[in-house]
Amino acid sequence: MVDRLFGAGSFKLWALLPLLVVLVIFTLLPILQLLQMSVSELEFVEGELVSEFIGLGQLDNLAKDPIAGIALKNTLVFVVAVVLIETVTGFCLAVAISRTKTLAILYRSVVIIPLLIPPVAIGTMWSLMYDYNYGLFTTILIELGVQYPPLWTADPDLALISVIIVDVWHWTSFMFLIMLAGIESIPPPLLEAARVDGATELRTIRYVILPMMAPTILVAMLLRTILAFKVFDQIFVLTSGGPGTATQVISMHIYKVFSEQFRLGYAAFLSLMVAGFMFIFVAFYLWASRVVRRRLG
Amino acid sequence: MKQAAPSKIALNLALLIVVFIILFPVFYIVQTSLKSMADVYSGSFFFTAKTANYEEIFTGSRSNFAELTRNSLIVSSSVALICGAIGSLAAYSLARLNWRRWVAGGIIVWLLFINMMPPIVFVTPYYLWARAAGIYDTPAAVIMAHVVLNMPLAVIMMMNFFAEVPKELEEAAVIDGCTQWQAFRMVILPIVRPGLAAMAVLVFVFSWKEFLFSLSLTTTSAGRTIPVGIANFVQEFNIRYGEMAAGSFVAMIPALILVLLAQRHIIKGLTVGAIKG
Repeated sequence: MVDRLFGAGSFKLWALLPLLVVLVIFTLLPILQLLQMSVSELEFVEGELVSEFIGLGQLDNLAKDPIAGIALKNTLVFVVAVVLIETVTGFCLAVAISRTKTLAILYRSVVIIPLLIPPVAIGTMWSLMYDYNYGLFTTILIELGVQYPPLWTADPDLALISVIIVDVWHWTSFMFLIMLAGIESIPPPLLEAARVDGATELRTIRYVILPMMAPTILVAMLLRTILAFKVFDQIFVLTSGGPGTATQVISMHIYKVFSEQFRLGYAAFLSLMVAGFMFIFVAFYLWASRVVRRRLG
Repeated sequence: MKQAAPSKIALNLALLIVVFIILFPVFYIVQTSLKSMADVYSGSFFFTAKTANYEEIFTGSRSNFAELTRNSLIVSSSVALICGAIGSLAAYSLARLNWRRWVAGGIIVWLLFINMMPPIVFVTPYYLWARAAGIYDTPAAVIMAHVVLNMPLAVIMMMNFFAEVPKELEEAAVIDGCTQWQAFRMVILPIVRPGLAAMAVLVFVFSWKEFLFSLSLTTTSAGRTIPVGIANFVQEFNIRYGEMAAGSFVAMIPALILVLLAQRHIIKGLTVGAIKG
C-alpha cells in the first residue's frame, strides 16, 4: 500500500487523483444530495436553509403540476423533430461536402460556426430576425405584400416550430461532422467500383453510401437525441417557454420551479427523475455504439 | 472524361447557399449592431454605420458590460487552465499507465454520462453549495460548475492524443533514468502540445458560451458573464436592439477567431462521445 502511494509506480495514481476528487465531490455528491433533497421540503428562512422530511410527498406535487406533463410533451415533440430533420440535413450536407475539393476548407470552417458561438447569441440573432415589428422576416413579407405576416415566436401555434428552425440551424453541423467522418471511412475502391459499373451519383448514394453508413447514422441519431434533451439557452432567450406554455421544455420548467417558484425540493425531485431517465438512455447508447463499433471491426 | 462540369457547379452553388444561410444571421447581427434605433425601426438596408452601440455597452453609465467581459475572461481562462492541468494528467494516466480495464473504462463511462446529462440536473445542489461556501455570485462559483462540465471533453480529447504517441518514447526516457513524472513532463507533454492547446482553446470557448450555470449561480455583475448580460437585454421591457446586437457580436468573437484557426483537432473535440467512423 505504502509502495503504491509513494513508490516508483505511484505517479499513475497521483496523476489520476485530481480527476477522481473532482468526479466524486462534484458529480457523485450532488446526485446523493439530490436524493436527500427530493424527499424534503426546503425553504430559506432568514437566509438559513430549513429542511423538512416529507418522504414521497414530491409525488403529490408532481401529480398537482399540470405544466410538467406539457413540458415533457413539448420536449418529446422538439427532440423527435430536430433529430429527424438534422439527420437528413446533416447527411445531405456531408455527402455534398465530401464531393468537393477546392472549396472544401471554406465549407468545413463555415459549417462549424454555429457549434462555437454562444447559444444565447444564436437566440438574440434569431429573435431579431423573428421580431414581428422590425424583424427581417416581417419586413420581407410586408414588402412582398403579405398583409398579416406570421408572429413567429409570439404565436402559440408557431412558437415551437420557430424554436425547432433555430435548432436545425444550430445543430445540423454536429450531425454533419459525425456523418462526414463516416463517409470518409468508406473504402474508396468501393465508390470507385460503383463508378466503373456505371452507377449514377444518386444510385451510389442509395446503394453504397447509405447502407455503409447505416450504423453511423443510427448512433448519431441516438447521440443527438440525448443531447437534444439539454435544450435551454435559446428557448430562454427566444420565448422563455411561452407564449403560455407553448415552448415549455423540461429544463426550462425545472429552472422556473427553482428560480421563480423557489421550490428547491421539488426542483431536485424533477432533476433526479431526469437524471434517472437519461442514465438509462445513455447506458443504452453506450451499449449500442459498442455493438456497432464491434461490427465495424 | 472526368466528372461532368455542370453537376460540380450545381453542387458548389447549393453549398454556397448553405454557407449564406449559416453566415447570414451573423451578418444581420453585425448590421443591427451598427444601426441607430431609428434605423432599426425603419428596417432599411441602407444606413450610416455608427459604433455608438459598442460605446454605449462598454462605457455607458447604465451598462455593466465591461464588468461582465472581465468576469467572462476570468472564468474562461481559469476553466481552461484547470481542465488542461487535471485533464491531461488524468488522461495520460488512463491512456498509458496500465490501469485495469474496469477502472479506466468505468471512469470514461462516468465522464460520458456527465457530458450527456442535462446540466439543469446539477443546478440545485451547486446553488446550495455556492451559498453555503460563500462564493455565490462570484466567478469562483461559475468556475466550479464549468470545470465539471468541461472535464469530460478535456480528458477524452487528451486520451486520444496520448494514445497516438509511440510507446517507445517513454520506454527510452525511463531507460535513460527519467522517473515517470519526468518522462511525462519532458518527453510526452511537449509532443502533445498542439493537442493540449486545441483542447484548452475549445474548453475556453465552451466556458465562454455557457449560460445556465452563469445564470443560476450569480445575481449581479459581480459574478455574471457575457451570455447572462445578453439575455438580460432581451428580457428588459424596452428591448435595446442595437446594444443587444453589439453585445451578441462581442460574445461571438472568440468563436469566430477559433474558426479561422480551424484544424482537425478542434473538429474532433466537437463530437466527443460519437463513435469513430
